[in-house]
Amino acid sequence: MKCALEIKGLKAGIGGTEILHGLNLTIPKGEVHAIMGKNGSGKSTLAKVMAGHPDYEVTGGDVLLDGKTILGLEPDVRAREGLFLAFQYPSEIPGVTIANFMRAALNARRPEGQEIDAVEYYNELYKKMDLLKIDRAFTSRAVNDGFSGGEKKKNEILQMAMLEPKYAVLDETDSGLDIDALKIVAHGVNSLRGPKLGILVITHYQRLLDYIVPDVVHVMVDGRIVKSGPKELALEMEKKGYDWVENLVAA
Amino acid sequence: MSDTELQEKPDLQIDQDQGNFSYPEDYAFDAGTGLTDKTIDYICDAKEDPDWVREFRKKALKVFNEKPLPTHWASKDLENIHFNDFRYYLSKGAKPKRSWDEVPDDVKRTFERLGIPEKERAFLAGVEAQFDSEAAYSNIKKAVAEQGVIFVGSREGLKDHPEIFKKWFGKVIPTADNKFSALNSAVFSGGSFIYVPKGVKVKHPLQAYFRINAENFGQFERTLIIVDEGAEVTYMEGCTAPKFDSVTLHSAVVELVAMKGAKIQYITVQNWSPNVFNLVTKRGLAHEESEIKWIDCNIGSRLTMKYPGVILKGRKARGEVLSIALANNGQHQDTGAKMIHAADETTSNIISKSISIGSGRATYRGLVHIPRHLKGCKNNTECDALLINTESRTDTYPAIVTRGEGNSVQHEASVSKVSAEQIFYMQQRGLSEGQAMSLSVNGFVNDLVRQFPMEYSVELKRLIDLEMEGSVG
Ligand SMILES: Nc1ncnc2c1ncn2[C@@H]1O[C@H](COP(=O)(O)OP(=O)(O)OP(=O)(O)O)[C@@H](O)[C@H]1O
Ligand SMILES: [Mg+2]
Repeated sequence: MKCALEIKGLKAGIGGTEILHGLNLTIPKGEVHAIMGKNGSGKSTLAKVMAGHPDYEVTGGDVLLDGKTILGLEPDVRAREGLFLAFQYPSEIPGVTIANFMRAALNARRPEGQEIDAVEYYNELYKKMDLLKIDRAFTSRAVNDGFSGGEKKKNEILQMAMLEPKYAVLDETDSGLDIDALKIVAHGVNSLRGPKLGILVITHYQRLLDYIVPDVVHVMVDGRIVKSGPKELALEMEKKGYDWVENLVAA
Repeated sequence: MSDTELQEKPDLQIDQDQGNFSYPEDYAFDAGTGLTDKTIDYICDAKEDPDWVREFRKKALKVFNEKPLPTHWASKDLENIHFNDFRYYLSKGAKPKRSWDEVPDDVKRTFERLGIPEKERAFLAGVEAQFDSEAAYSNIKKAVAEQGVIFVGSREGLKDHPEIFKKWFGKVIPTADNKFSALNSAVFSGGSFIYVPKGVKVKHPLQAYFRINAENFGQFERTLIIVDEGAEVTYMEGCTAPKFDSVTLHSAVVELVAMKGAKIQYITVQNWSPNVFNLVTKRGLAHEESEIKWIDCNIGSRLTMKYPGVILKGRKARGEVLSIALANNGQHQDTGAKMIHAADETTSNIISKSISIGSGRATYRGLVHIPRHLKGCKNNTECDALLINTESRTDTYPAIVTRGEGNSVQHEASVSKVSAEQIFYMQQRGLSEGQAMSLSVNGFVNDLVRQFPMEYSVELKRLIDLEMEGSVG
């Protein structure tokens, strides 16, 4: 068994339009990979297709989690298998508090009748909130309801910390964060880094990668990975711009 | 008529036979099907009613026959009720027959999930007509009797306490109020009679669950609660377990009387099987400085029509209706509230939350009446609807009639949807579609449910979970 999140020749689209045109990418467990790419190149599409969003059709290829295909599984099954997606635009869930939401999500991973102990749960939740410097008052606020852009992003990472996935895809988690929040979030993600977790970071900016240093950087153009390299690739990208890679592809 | 009606409603995919029972052919106390003067005589004889009750019933039957169906304010589905096909009275000994094996699996599962004690399951599934709740009931009865509280069935009420019973019976809800109150007045049996003497504050809620089980579930329950000056009581009706009932027409009448400074809280959480017509009239009469609060949760049934009301008769009287209605596929919840202000400085508060799922339909129908000559009256009405998936529909008919200045009326209504994006977001965290929907629904009703007694909010949450699980394909 290969311990990795593998995307093989993935073709997918929405409403009859193909957006991913045979995408290949492997994130071994324990590594952090970054994807950079222009607006509209298909990064969020990739994230949502992996997570099983019902609006997208997969027309070819495969997505394997530790050697097992996850295509065709319900989104919640994929999540319980260990795939986590930090959304670029997290949904608001009125009336459902963060505390209740996270507890329900954790209990969904346990056998019926073996719900998580309340004291243990709150200890864990507070610990993770402290790590991300989130005020405890947030536990009783409805999920993302009226949150600022930055608060929503922090909340995504809080959930990641609570759910302890095997693979996490962070879709532009840096957008909307001020520099202090960026450092806090990066610190949170770094503290989760380790041999049991593979991370795919989607970003436009080198800045985030100064704090979450990737093992590999991939460049995505028009639904494909066109270039991969060490962390320095991100710097080069920033200097030379997307035109540079696009020219590479054309050449 | 009925056939075309049904054809016009292709979404009504209800197995009308589900939950039906078979009856033994002949037994001593069966009034047979249909409703005539003879049926009334039969019921009166069987129940050994006093003459005034016989007369009352017969008059009511006339009114019932004369009154048209209230189709102008509700669903045409009422026309599908064939009044002549029902049995209007089954007494003791007339036990519906169904073996445990015949109880549908989903019903058994529901009982398990709700944690209903083993020995109560058979009763609730209609396998046994009774279960041993006598003990629980007599304990409660004994405890409150020490304070002079009367807590008995309506039949004992009218026989043993005619001086109080007669004074208020049919006064809050006159026979002719509507066709179904007339029907109930003609054939009522079962229900509770409660009298709380002056100044007595009943500590624990009185539960019909224990009392009714000790007798028989009534199809036409008649409840009368009188709380004397400065006294207080909370009454809980029914139980939250689904009633898999032998009959498809339920028409209860509940009358409350709060004397000066009294407080009544009446709580209902109902969960009917999807073949039931549930047509209920509930109203309270609030004297000076008294308070009547209806907490009403309706889940299930084919059609529920229920608009608890308060007549605010005395100065500074206060009325409140907090309601939750959940209409799943093929169901129609037509619910609301009526507040009739009839004295100065009376206040009323209505909070209604409805949830429509799939082809389910929830309608809010309210009436707030404040006549011109009154001063210092206040009403607050909030109606919130939650739609789950696009087929659902909801209607709000708030009908607030205020005349005169110096009275204030506030009305807010909202409609929100659980979007596919929200469901996907929650599923991405590991919750199944059903759990995600259930969490959204619980979130939607949460602020209201927090005002309910603890055990009821827990039960309600479990019921919503079950209902949502069942609603995903
Ligand atoms: N629901 C949809 N209907 C039609 N087109 C869509 C839909 N969702 C995405 N697309 C298109 O798919 C393409 C890829 O979008 P995607 O959101 O994956 O880009 P992205 O790389 O994440 O961009 P950004 O950096 O701006 O977040 C875009 O051209 C977008 O317009
Ligand atoms: Mg994107």
